[in-house]
Amino acid sequence: MIEAAVDALSWIALVAGGLFYVVGAVGLNRMPDVFTRMHAVSVGDTLGAGLLVTGMLLQAGPTLVAAKLVLIILVLLFTGSVATHALARAALQDGVRPVVAGRDGTLVQRDAAEAVLPLSAIAPAEQTSPEAEKETGRSNP
Amino acid sequence: MMFQVATVAVLIAMSLAVVRALRGPTVFDRLVAANSVGTGAVLLLSLFGFLTGRPEFLDIGLTYVLLNLIGTFAVLKFFRHGALGHPGDEDERTKVL
Repeated sequence: MIEAAVDALSWIALVAGGLFYVVGAVGLNRMPDVFTRMHAVSVGDTLGAGLLVTGMLLQAGPTLVAAKLVLIILVLLFTGSVATHALARAALQDGVRPVVAGRDGTLVQRDAAEAVLPLSAIAPAEQTSPEAEKETGRSNP
Repeated sequence: MMFQVATVAVLIAMSLAVVRALRGPTVFDRLVAANSVGTGAVLLLSLFGFLTGRPEFLDIGLTYVLLNLIGTFAVLKFFRHGALGHPGDEDERTKVL
């Protein structure tokens, strides 16, 4: 009885984890720029991997195998966030700018004139503020 | 049976990540994809250990997860400085993004 329940929970965790992992990989292919791709793939690397390891933990029971699995998921979670942060920082320093939605809804790359703005100014610049437009000399059709 | 399903899902996701690694316009796209492939390799090793009933594969997975982080940082440092031996400089570390 308990074994069947554990098996069912394990099934759910493994299938959901695999699903989230595939969703993250699909997002990696369909997102428009490197930052959104990081965002998409982090779903698979945290939730997907976490659920997969949870499913395996339920099958392992309280053994040394379970301890190793816990160690693997802990290291995965820590290194995943650190590596993603380092990647995003390196991309920004290298001059890769986020692709944002223009006023007419199309996706546009931040151009060189706007690249000098600090990151905090990017989001407010998307509002309809005439000052920001004057500063950067940008004119959207 | 459940491990077969999860293994197939991880394999599909890894092949999709390889597609992005081959297509990706910038080197950072390729790195994101490579990182994802590394995570997938760890999960695949763990699942394969359960699939074959040999938990020794978990130790290999544990090694891979550490290698993955070191590899990502090595490649990042290489593309940032052009060399792996660069110590990094002061103003760069204090620069606020």
